[in-house]
Parts: sequence; C-alpha cells; structure tokens
Amino acid sequence: MSSEAPEGRRFRYVSRKRRTKEDRRFIAGQGRFVADISLPGMKHVALVTSPHPAARIEAIRTEEALKIEGVLAVITGEELARATDPLMSGLNLPDVRRFPLAVDRARYAGEWVAAVVADSRYIAEDGAELVEVDYDPLPFVVDAEEAMNEDAPAVHPAHGTNVLYQRKFVYGAVDDDFAAADHRLAFRACWGRSSTVPIETFGVLAEWHPGTGILDVWASIQMPKYPEQIARALRLDANCVRVHYDVDVGGSYGVKRGIKHTVLVGYLARKLGCPVRLIEDRLENMTGGDAHGPERIFDVEAAFNGDGEIRSLRIRALDNVGAYAGRAPLQLAKPIGAIVGPYRINSVEYEAISVTTNKTVQEAVRGFGQSPTNFAIETAVDKIARALDLDRVEIRKRNFIRKDEFPYTIPSGSEYDSGDYLTVQDKVLDLADFPALLARRDALRAEGTLAGIGISSCLEPSGGNAAFEPLFNPANETTTWMESCVTKIDLAGTVTSIMATASAGQGHETLVATVTAEELERDPDGIRVVRSDSLASLPSNSPVASRMAIMLGGAASGAAKILKRKLIDIAAHNLQLPADRLVYEGGNVAVRDDPGKKLAWDELVEIAHRKYHQMPLGMEPGLQASYVWEVPKGGELPDADGRVRMYPCYSFEAHIPLIEIDRDTGQVKILEYFIGHDCGTMINPDIVHGMVYGGIAHGIGAALYEIFAYNEDGQLLTGTFMDYLLPSVHEIPDIKMVDHSTPSPLTSMGQKGTGEGGYLGAPAAVASAVNDALAPLGLELDALPMRPGDIEALLRTKSG
Amino acid sequence: MKPREISVTVNAKHYRSEVPPRLTLLDYLREVLGLTGTHAGCEHGVCGACSVIFDGQPIRSCLMFAIQADGHEVETVEGLAGADGGLSPLQDAFWEAHALQCGYCTPGMLMASHALLRANPDPTEDEIKEAIGGNLCRCTGYQQIVEAVRLAAKRMREADPEAGPEGNKDRVDE
Ligand code: FES
Ligand code: FES
Repeated sequence: MSSEAPEGRRFRYVSRKRRTKEDRRFIAGQGRFVADISLPGMKHVALVTSPHPAARIEAIRTEEALKIEGVLAVITGEELARATDPLMSGLNLPDVRRFPLAVDRARYAGEWVAAVVADSRYIAEDGAELVEVDYDPLPFVVDAEEAMNEDAPAVHPAHGTNVLYQRKFVYGAVDDDFAAADHRLAFRACWGRSSTVPIETFGVLAEWHPGTGILDVWASIQMPKYPEQIARALRLDANCVRVHYDVDVGGSYGVKRGIKHTVLVGYLARKLGCPVRLIEDRLENMTGGDAHGPERIFDVEAAFNGDGEIRSLRIRALDNVGAYAGRAPLQLAKPIGAIVGPYRINSVEYEAISVTTNKTVQEAVRGFGQSPTNFAIETAVDKIARALDLDRVEIRKRNFIRKDEFPYTIPSGSEYDSGDYLTVQDKVLDLADFPALLARRDALRAEGTLAGIGISSCLEPSGGNAAFEPLFNPANETTTWMESCVTKIDLAGTVTSIMATASAGQGHETLVATVTAEELERDPDGIRVVRSDSLASLPSNSPVASRMAIMLGGAASGAAKILKRKLIDIAAHNLQLPADRLVYEGGNVAVRDDPGKKLAWDELVEIAHRKYHQMPLGMEPGLQASYVWEVPKGGELPDADGRVRMYPCYSFEAHIPLIEIDRDTGQVKILEYFIGHDCGTMINPDIVHGMVYGGIAHGIGAALYEIFAYNEDGQLLTGTFMDYLLPSVHEIPDIKMVDHSTPSPLTSMGQKGTGEGGYLGAPAAVASAVNDALAPLGLELDALPMRPGDIEALLRTKSG
Repeated sequence: MKPREISVTVNAKHYRSEVPPRLTLLDYLREVLGLTGTHAGCEHGVCGACSVIFDGQPIRSCLMFAIQADGHEVETVEGLAGADGGLSPLQDAFWEAHALQCGYCTPGMLMASHALLRANPDPTEDEIKEAIGGNLCRCTGYQQIVEAVRLAAKRMREADPEAGPEGNKDRVDE
C-alpha cells in the first residue's frame, strides 16, 4: 500500500507509520540536554534580580558575596554594558536599549541586576543572596492601556513614549464594505499573558579559547540568527562564535531565545578564562527568562449581511510586550499573513499597537501571535452567528474559501496555496457524529448542566520568509528565510545528512531521514542524520514558523536529488547510454528496456569514491551535495500599503470540543474533543498527530488555566508551577482526530507545517464551547484564560 | 556544613560518596554519579521530571536530600534497560507509540509508569492517568503516553500471562 501525494506520486516511506530516529535515545535516558554537558573547570551562574517593577539602581555592593569561598566574581550591568553592545531588537528603536543585566534602572520585577559566578550553583545562590543593591523605586505601569496615557510613567524615558509601534493597515475598501453591509457588531476580546513554558528551563554553556579566538556555545536554543546576534553583542566577528547544534532542547515552542543569557555567559567565560554555565531555575525562568507570551486586547468590529456573509473586519490589537522590545512586537505582524482566517472576507483594517510596560519581556510563542488573533477572528464569527441566529457550523460553511478558489490572495497580500476547508469540516462533523453530539449536549442541558459545543477553524501559516520583519521595520530588508541540508554517501555506501539547527522535539532527524530515503529509495533506518555547528554549516533559520517540514524537508529533497542525478550520470557514462534510457530503482541504475543490465549502488559508490577514471569527465569525485532552499514564493518586500506575501503554505484545522461547566466552581471539564486536520502530505503521521495533540493541550492551558498574573504592586504572582497551572493528564481529554491531505503545490512532497495548528485553534474552540454553554443564561465571556474563578464570578452575576 | 558520607544503591550498583548535606538527590544522581537521565523541571515538586523510584516507590528526587537516601535503593531511567542494553517493554512501547517529543519529561514518565506496571500489570485508563497525573508534559498532550503505557501493559501480559503485581501492594501514590 502506498500513500497518495501530489500528482499521484506514490511514497515508499513518507506518510507511513515508522518509529522516529530521536525517541530511542530519550527513552534510554541518553538525551543530551544542555544541563547534561559539563566541562572541566566549569563555573556556575546565579542571578540577582530586581524586586521592584521600576527602580533606579543606586549602588551594588558585592564585597560580602565575594567573601564566600567558591565565589569567583560578581558582575553588574554597568560592567557588562561597557563591554558589550545592546541586544538586537525586532523594531528600529535606538532608544530602547537592552542589555543582559539592567543598567542604572530596573524595568520589571525579576529583571537581572547582577550575576554571581561560583564553583557550584549552590554557592552561586549563596553569593546572590549577599549581593546588596540599593534601589530607588520609581513609578511604574503594568497595564497596556494605562501605559498609553500621556502621563503614564515612561518605561524608557529616552524613547519618549511607551508606544513602541503603531500602524493602521487598510486592506481593501473597508469603509465601503462597512457602509454596504446589512449589519455590524463590535466587541472586545482579551488574550491573557500566557506562554509555552517548556519543562526544561533555558540553559547555556560557553567556553572561550584564547588560542583560536573561538567562543564555543552549547545552548537550549531555538533562535534564528543566534550566532550572529551573540557575536554582535559581544563585539566579536561572527566566525568567532561556534554554536553546537547537537544539543537536545527540552521543549521550546518558540520561547527559547536565550540571547541575553548567552551574551552574559559568553562575556563571563571570556573574562574569567573558564567554561561558564547558566541553567535557569524555574523562578528565574518565569520571572526574568524568555518566558512570557503575547498579552492582547482586541477591539473588533465586523460588517456582515443577513445571510451570514462576512464582508469586512476592523481589528485593533493592543499588545503588551513588557519592558523591552526583542522580537516580540513582530508577533503583531505575522497574523497579517492570515488576517481573514479561512474566510472570504473582502477587506480588513488592522491596527497593531505594541506597548512597553513594567512587566517581564515578551518572547516568541508558538504561532508567533497567530493564536490570539485567531481567537479574535473566531469569536467574531461566533458572535455574528449568534446575532443572526445562524448555526455556527453553517456560517463557517458559507464563508469558507472554496477548494477551487486556490491559490487565493487575501486582502493583505498573502496567497493561500491550497485547501479544502469544507471537506475537513465535514470530516470532523462526521467523526464527532455531530447530530449525536448536539443531542448529548442538549440532554446534559436538560439535566440542568451547563454544556456547550465549541466550533473553531484555523489556518496554520507555515514556512514563512519573515516578511513581517521588513513590514514592521523597513530598515530590515529580509526577504528570505532559507534552510539548508548537506547529504553525503560515503565510501561504504551509507548515507549521512547534516542539518544546521538544534531541535526541541519536532523530529527533524526523522524528517530528514524520511525525505532523503524517499528520494534515494534507501531504507530510512540506515540513514544517519547529524547536526553540525554554526561554523561548519550552511545557513539555517532555526525551527520557527512551522517551517521545517517545508524548508528543511525541501533542502533534504534537493540534496538527495542532486545525488540521485549524479548516480544516474555515473551509470550512464559507464553503460554508455543516455540517462533517459536508464531507470533508478532502490539505488541501482538499470537499463529501462534491459533491466538485467545495471550498475548496483555499491558499484556506483565505488566508482565515485575510487575510480576517477570511470567518472564522467569533469565530475566532482565523491558523492556529496548541499542544497539551500529558498522559501517558495519568497523574495518580495512589502508594498507601501503594507501588503506582502508572508507565508507560502497554509494548513487547516477544524476543532469541535464538548464541555460542561460546574455551576458551583466555574470549573470547565472537556468531555470530548474532535479535530479535523490537513497539513498536506504528512511526512511521519505519528509526529504530526503528536504535535497536534500537544498543541491542543497547550491551547487548552491558554484557554482555561495559564496566566502570568500581576498584582497592583507590579509583582508577578504566578512564578512557579504551583500558581502557573500547566494542564496535567487530568485536564486533557482524549482527542479524536481525522486527517485529510490537500498537498501544497509549492513544496517538495506536498507537505505543509504542523507544529502550531493545535495551539492556534484550541483556545478559540474552547472559548466557543464555554460561550455556547453560557448562552442559555444570556452570558458571554471573551477574555482568556477562563479560569474557574472568572466563570464562577460571571455565573454569580446571574444567580444573585 | 561538613560533607557527609552516604552509601546508596542506584540501579543495583553500590555507591559510597561524600556529599554536602544540602545536595538534593536529583543533583547527586546527575552531578555526582553522572546519571543525567533524570531531569530538573521545577525543583519544587510539581512537574515530576525528576521522578525516580525509591525503595520501590515513585518519588521526586528534587524534594529529597542525597543524605536521606543513605542506605536506600534508587532506580532511575538508566536502570530500565536490560543488562544487554536492550529496551524494556515499557521503553519499547514509548518508542512504538511515539510517546514523547522533546524527551525531557520522558524519564520521569517512564519511572512513574514503570512503578505502576510493576504494581498493577493490567491498569485501567484511569489508573494510568492517576499514575502519571503528577508528571507534566508540555509536548504531547499525554495521549500517546497513555497509549504507550496501555500497549506496554498488554505486551507484558501477553509475554508473561502469570505475572501478578509485585512489591508493595498497598503502595501509596504520591
Ligand atoms: S523537578 Fe522535581 S518535581 Fe519538578
Ligand atoms: S516530551 Fe517534551 S515535555 Fe514531554
């Protein structure tokens, strides 16, 4: 049995059940995480953090700490700022400067103020306790709307305002569409500050070699252009930084950016002449690490007709990025690439506002801002349905882009490659036996239970070219986001592929092995996949933006195809026949009409590696190929109106949960969860399914439990796993999933991205279900997370 | 505080070490014995990444001091495989069902499930969930983990239909 692919291509290995390459080492306890790596003479770092949300740093006294046996050094922001350049920002903000340690002024509670280096982490913590800092507390602001007021305390006085970015994009005839529509409605929806919170905190180890002038770095990292950013801040040439990608990352889903950590330990390793390691503890991670995600207020207006046709949207998104800029403000830009969701909406106005406050710095989170925006769009669709008394499934059907309309260009300039939204929605309705599900909800309601069904659909933009960078920062003309792969067949005929990035559970080794195996028709189990370091490798842009199946998969395909071509050419030369009379089969090359006449894999390899005299004239000896793949349809800058082709591929999902709410506690219980999913060709179905399940679980957390909550004193209240509640197995239902495949015409095997989709659709779906349950009471809740206390308080407004 | 001498059995090997009294069992395993399969996730007893088996019971090694393990027996993920390095049926089922992604929570999940299956070869789905209820995984949404434990239990029963619960039957789950 073979699986279907674009143009009827049949696969041997792709889309088949197969054990992954990576799992074997982890189940034996042989992963190699950064905290597992130690070097002789290695020292450890602990951090001194600001207890104030805003304060001037008057003095730092280190003498007592330095008296402890085993404490080597204490460094302050002042020292570090003298020796390094500010960390890069996604926006062009010369007056919003950021260093790993606060300089003069602390801007959030938990900000790193000094670092202590010692023989062990225990001793470093002892030292950190004895560092005395004199603070002069300053006025602060943690609320994004308050931060926009004229008289709000300035987080970065030199910048002049707390607004870091504000622009209104008008895509299409918004005013006309609003004027012509039968109805409009407006609402506010809020996305609480939550994040990805991997179980492994961030860690980094650096060692400086004066003899070679190389800084070696091992880190738990998922950051595009990481080596270059570190080198720049440390004032080193980029080829002085060697990042080792053979470090297993214990989960990231976006957040493991690690620039400030790495600049700090890189500086320390060089200054102290010994390897230095920083492994965040959980509190350091949650308060001052790369931990927090988007926090958004959406004000949405929708214009629609009586038949449910949605004509236009106005969306104002106000995002609280915390105390510094980083790449986080760009999370307002990515959603422009799917700003109408899977719907035929004629025009959109989108105002993006990024505001700095005295909260922990926001970092990239799975979907890079798409999940909150999707929640806002889906909430709009549900509200329109409710306003028209139209079924929520029906309204989506009426507005979905049709299968025959692809490629479909949305008002903001992106082109959706392919899709069949109606079929996927139908499949999940069938899977759920929707009439029976409705009957079950209604039976629960008849018993007095608050029960609701959620409906949501979502797109997963994947494989992007980072066009949001030039969109929000014209000084940055990025129009490519390439990925590379090197593959070689050695003298013994075994195949090795080399990738240039670390992974955090996405199964990239399996991806590369499967794709390479498919192209070369060799058993994937025999293919070795290794990771190089940043100096030995071709460019990579790291596994962000659901891009690796597309981009690394495309690069692996490209390298393998070159090798295959080379094997055929060697055979043609030796058989003295034109290549088009030969067939490649399982690594052997035979004559098409005389299959007995052939050159076997081993013979071809032997020729390439030993018998130059049998090689075609001028052919490079050996069997090795590298391939750098450009983002399909990339290469364009935004136009003056901010229209830009942002992502090449669009996966689709339709979610249907059934929930009940405990009337007394407000606790939501998810009784059923169905999902229909289309990411084109699946490379490894187990990996795809796993990421979807995990993404949904993550989305359930964002919808119901997780929040970095602050009190009026600007203090983070949820800095541990006791208060920041990650869902356990008890909160996550059995998820029932149905697959569909609409291959992408733009990728090597029809694949699209898949790492984000579960998370992009689940919060909207759960919110939809909660609101369906509340609807009979005439209540609505449009703020995430919907914690038991929030729901219970809302229910009380009705009962009493 | 002065270092104290302890003697601990880990994966059936005996170790004698001098440790500072404040060293956690987790750090002892990782830093002193070099058994880095056991991971730190929170170091405050919530995530279960540091789960090991202590005198037959699953515990959190971040909440114990190494000196409390003096004279006791500890099992870690490194001890699950057979003497020949072959995977245990539980490990193999984790691989087969792809019960992991980043692999960071995996050793803790394996130890919690291992303790379950030893005590209860035929657990219900609820019992499996109960056993791993204190182990957080951010990658998988738990579905393939539950499936893997179920698969392992089935295969182990098929391989040895006589097997009954072993060890302390009135084991208390954490
Ligand atoms: S590290 Fe021990 S429970 Fe989290
Ligand atoms: S596999 Fe990554 S946390 Fe469980």
